[in-house]
Amino acid sequence: MTSVAEPAVRSEASTARRERLRLLVKSPSFIVGATVILFWVFCAIFGEHITPYDPRFDQTPEIGAAPSAQHLFGTDRLGRDVFSRVLAGSRDILLIAPLATLLATLVGTTLGLITGYFKGIADDTISRIVDALLAIPLILLAVTVVAALGSRSTWTVIIVIAAVFSPIIARTVRAAVLGEADLDYVEAARLRGEHAPYVMFSEVLPNVMPPILVEATIRLGYAIFAVATLSFIGFGLQPPSPDWAVQIADNYQDLAFEWWTVLFPALAIASLVVAVNLVSDSVQQVLER
Amino acid sequence: MSEAALSLRDVDVVYRVRGIDRPVLRGLSLEIGRGESYGLVGESGCGKSTAALTIVRYLARNGRVSGGSISVAGRDVLSLRSSALRRFRGETVSMVYQNPGAALNPSLRVGGQVAEAFTVLGVPSSEAHERAREALAHVQIADPGSVMSRYPHQLSGGMQQRVVIAMALAKNPALLILDEPTTGLDATVEAEVLDLVAQLQRELDTAVLFISHNLGVISKMCGRVGVLYAGRLVEEGPVRTVLRDPRHPYTVGLLRCIPRGGVRKDHGRLDTIPGFLPSLGAEPSGCVFADRCALADDRCRTEEPPLITIEGGHESRCWYHERAPELPREESLDLALPGVDRTAATLVEIQQLSKVFKQRGHEVHALTDVSAAIWPGETLGLVGESGSGKTTLARTLLGIVAPTAGTALLEGKVLPTTYKKRSREELRALQIVFQNPDSALNRRHSVRRILLRSMRKLAGIGGDAAEARLRDLTARVRLTERTLTQKPAQLSGGLKQRVAIARAFAGDPKLVVCDEPTSALDVSVQAAILNLLVELQAEQRVAYVFISHDLGVVRYISDRIAVLYLGRLQEIGAADVVFDGPHHPYTEALLSAVPTIDGDGRDRIRLEGDIPSAASPPSGCVFHTRCPRKLGAICEEQEPPLAEVETGHLMRCHIPIEELRQLQSKEHVTA
Repeated sequence: MTSVAEPAVRSEASTARRERLRLLVKSPSFIVGATVILFWVFCAIFGEHITPYDPRFDQTPEIGAAPSAQHLFGTDRLGRDVFSRVLAGSRDILLIAPLATLLATLVGTTLGLITGYFKGIADDTISRIVDALLAIPLILLAVTVVAALGSRSTWTVIIVIAAVFSPIIARTVRAAVLGEADLDYVEAARLRGEHAPYVMFSEVLPNVMPPILVEATIRLGYAIFAVATLSFIGFGLQPPSPDWAVQIADNYQDLAFEWWTVLFPALAIASLVVAVNLVSDSVQQVLER
Repeated sequence: MSEAALSLRDVDVVYRVRGIDRPVLRGLSLEIGRGESYGLVGESGCGKSTAALTIVRYLARNGRVSGGSISVAGRDVLSLRSSALRRFRGETVSMVYQNPGAALNPSLRVGGQVAEAFTVLGVPSSEAHERAREALAHVQIADPGSVMSRYPHQLSGGMQQRVVIAMALAKNPALLILDEPTTGLDATVEAEVLDLVAQLQRELDTAVLFISHNLGVISKMCGRVGVLYAGRLVEEGPVRTVLRDPRHPYTVGLLRCIPRGGVRKDHGRLDTIPGFLPSLGAEPSGCVFADRCALADDRCRTEEPPLITIEGGHESRCWYHERAPELPREESLDLALPGVDRTAATLVEIQQLSKVFKQRGHEVHALTDVSAAIWPGETLGLVGESGSGKTTLARTLLGIVAPTAGTALLEGKVLPTTYKKRSREELRALQIVFQNPDSALNRRHSVRRILLRSMRKLAGIGGDAAEARLRDLTARVRLTERTLTQKPAQLSGGLKQRVAIARAFAGDPKLVVCDEPTSALDVSVQAAILNLLVELQAEQRVAYVFISHDLGVVRYISDRIAVLYLGRLQEIGAADVVFDGPHHPYTEALLSAVPTIDGDGRDRIRLEGDIPSAASPPSGCVFHTRCPRKLGAICEEQEPPLAEVETGHLMRCHIPIEELRQLQSKEHVTA
C-alpha cells in the first residue's frame, strides 16, 4: 500500500494570502488612503470633543473672519469656527455612505448571485430591470424618491443611494458568478442534492468575494460623492448639521468674500473621496494580481 | 558543416522567488545536430518548458540564466542585444506551443496572420499572400483559400496547429522548438500532425527540439532523447536504447508507471515513483533523484554522479546505472479482484438513450440510441474522439442532462431523468470524479468541509458518525490527517484528485463516472490514482464508467469497452476482445493512431479529416466518410445494426467479422 507523504513546501494558499496582505500594507497608496480615512473616522467619532469651538452654535464675536491663528480656517457669517465645523463635518457622511454601500452590496450581491446562477428567465427579467434602473441618473431618481416620500431623513438618503448602486454591483457579481457556476465543484454540489441557496451562498459566494470587495470600495467613493451632492442640493442632510456639503451649500453665495467657508469643506470632501479611491485601487491591484 | 543547430553548455537558470534565487535548470548540456530531432521528456516541474524558453530568451521577468552558454546555429544567444535578439527570434528559431488556439489571434483572419509571418521576413506584402497559400498547402491543408478567409475559431484544433506550424516554418528556421504540440488534440488528429511534422522535418532538414511528457510521442518522433529531472539531465541517448534499456532509476520508474503493452488491472498494480519532485530551489547535496530512489545509498546522497557513458552515446547520471534495470518495484503486484458475475442482475442498464441538443435552430444529435449494461464491480471504458458523445452519455446517466429519449435503470428501477428528481439513495449511488481537480474542488473550502458536507448530504450522517467515517475514508484514499485542514490550493494535483475521489466515495456509491480522471496528472501520479481506483473497486465492488483518451489507461482499468463515434455505439465488448481484434474499423484506426513507446508496427491507418458535425451526421453508417475499409454504396445508404458478432462482442459494421479478422491480421503480418 502506498502512503502519500506530504511535500515539504506546500502552503501556497496561506502564504498567498499573507503575501497579499503584506503587499497591501506595503503599498504607498494604501498607506496614504488609509491614514486619511482613519483621520476622518477619528474626527467623526470624537467630533465636538476635539474641536476647539462648538461647531454648531458658538457665536464668536468675529463674524466672517478670515483665517487667522485663532480661527485656522476662519469663521462663517454666523461666526461659527470653520475649522471646528470641518472636523465635525465627517460624522454624518461617514455614517451614511458606508451604510448605503453596505446595503447596496448586500442587495446587489444577492441579485447578482440569482441572475448569474439561474440564468434563463430570472436572469432576463432582473437584468432588464437592472438595465432600466441604470439608465436613470442618480440625482433625478433621488430627487424623485425624496420628493415622493416627502421625507428627508437619513434613512431615505441611504435607501436611495443603495437602490441606485445595487444594480451596478449586481452586474459585476453576475459576471463573476457566470464564470464560476460552470465549474465542476458546482456540479458536484448539485449531484449530492444541494439546494440552490446553499450552492449560491456557501459554494459560489466565497469564490466571488474578491470582485465584490473591489466593487464595494469603488462604490464607497461614489457614495460619499452622492451623499455630498444630495446634501448640496438640499435633499440630503439639513442645516444646522456641520456636514461639508451643507456648509458649501450654505456659503457658496459668499464665495467671493468668504472663500474659506467653501474651500475647506470642499477640500475635506475631496480628501475623503481621493483617500477611498486610493484604498480601492490598491485593494484591486492586490486582489486581481 | 558540422556545426550543431543547438548547443547548450552547462546552462544554469534560476528563478528569483521572494528574494532568493532558486535553480530550475542545473548545468544542462545538450546538442542537437542539423536535421536531428531531439526529445526532452520529464514530468511537470522538471524544467522542460524553461529549457525551451531559455533558448529563445523568453524567460519570465524573475528568471535569468546564471551560467553556461547557448548557441543556435553558431550564434551565441546569451550575448545578443535587443535588435539582434529580435532578428534571431524572427529568423533563426520557431516555437510551437501546446495550445494553438492561444497562438493565433482570434480577431484576425488566418490568411492575414500567415502572410504576416512572411512580411516580417521582408517578403513584399503583394507576394506574402501567395506565399501564405503555399505554406498552408505545404502543411496539407486541402483548401488553403477557404481556410485563409476564416477566423481561427472556425478551424478545428488540428487545423489550427497546422496553421501555427505553417507560420513557424515560414522562415525555414535552423531550430524548431515544439512544446507539447499535440497534447490537447485527439489521438487521430495527433497522429496526423505528428506525421506532418516528421515529413516536413525530413524535407526541410530542420533541427527539432521536441518537448513532451508523452514517451510514445517522443519514441515516434525523435532520434535521441534526454530525460530531465529537477532541472538535471539524468539520462540521454538514442530513443530506442533509452526506452528499451533505461539506465537511470527515474527513467526506469517512469516507464514502469505507464500502462502499456496490454497490461490489465488483473495483472496487478501499476508501479509508481514514491515521493515528490524536490521543491523549487531545493539544493540536494548528492544525486537529485536520491530521495525517491530505491537504489540510493550514502554515496548517492552525498556525491552527485556525473553523466556516465554506457555505450554509443547513451549516458546516465547514476552511480549504479548497471543496476538501474533491477530497481525494486515500489508497489506489490498482488491485488485480489473479485470477478464480475455477468449472470447476476445488472447494476445499471441504459436503454436506447438519445440526446438531441437544440443549437441555433440546428439539432445536434449528441447521442443516438445507445444501449449498454454495467454489472456490479466492473469497469466500462468509454472510448472515442472528442465530440463522440462520451461525456454526454456520462452526464445523462448522472442526470445532469435529461435524455431526449430512452431510459436508464438502476438495479432494475427506472432512474428519474434529472438529478433534481432523484432520491438521496439514487444520488449517492451514482457519483463522478471530474477531469480537473482544480475546478472540481471548491478552492475556498477545506478538505474536511468538502468531505463532511458530502457525507451529510449523501450518507445522511453528521457528528461523531461522520467524523469516524471521515477518518476511515481518508485512510482508504491514503490521505493524511493533515490534509483535512488544508485547502485544495495547498495540495498537489495527485492529492487533489484523491480528495475528489474521496468525495465521490463519501456515500458508498455503486457506480462512479470517472471523466478523464488522470489526464491532468503526471504519469507517476496517474499510476497511483489508477491503483487507488482499482483498490477501491476491489474493496467495495463499485462499478466505474471510465472515460479516457489514453487507450493504455482504458485498457488497464476496463473490463469492457464501449467505442462511440458521433453519438453512436460502434463496438462494445470485453476489453481484450475490443483491443486485440478483430475490431470495428474505427476502433482499429483509433488504436493505430496512438504512438507507442515500443514502436510496434501498429502505425498504419490514418483517419482523414475531422469528425463530421453532429448537426448533420452522414447518411448510412456515420463512419463511412472516414472509414478506411469502406465497402461501397451500402455503407452510405444503410446504417449497419449493432450485431453480436461473438459472445458479448457487439459491433456496428457491414463487413462480416471473419473478413475483418482476415483483413486486420493480414496487415498485421506485413506491418
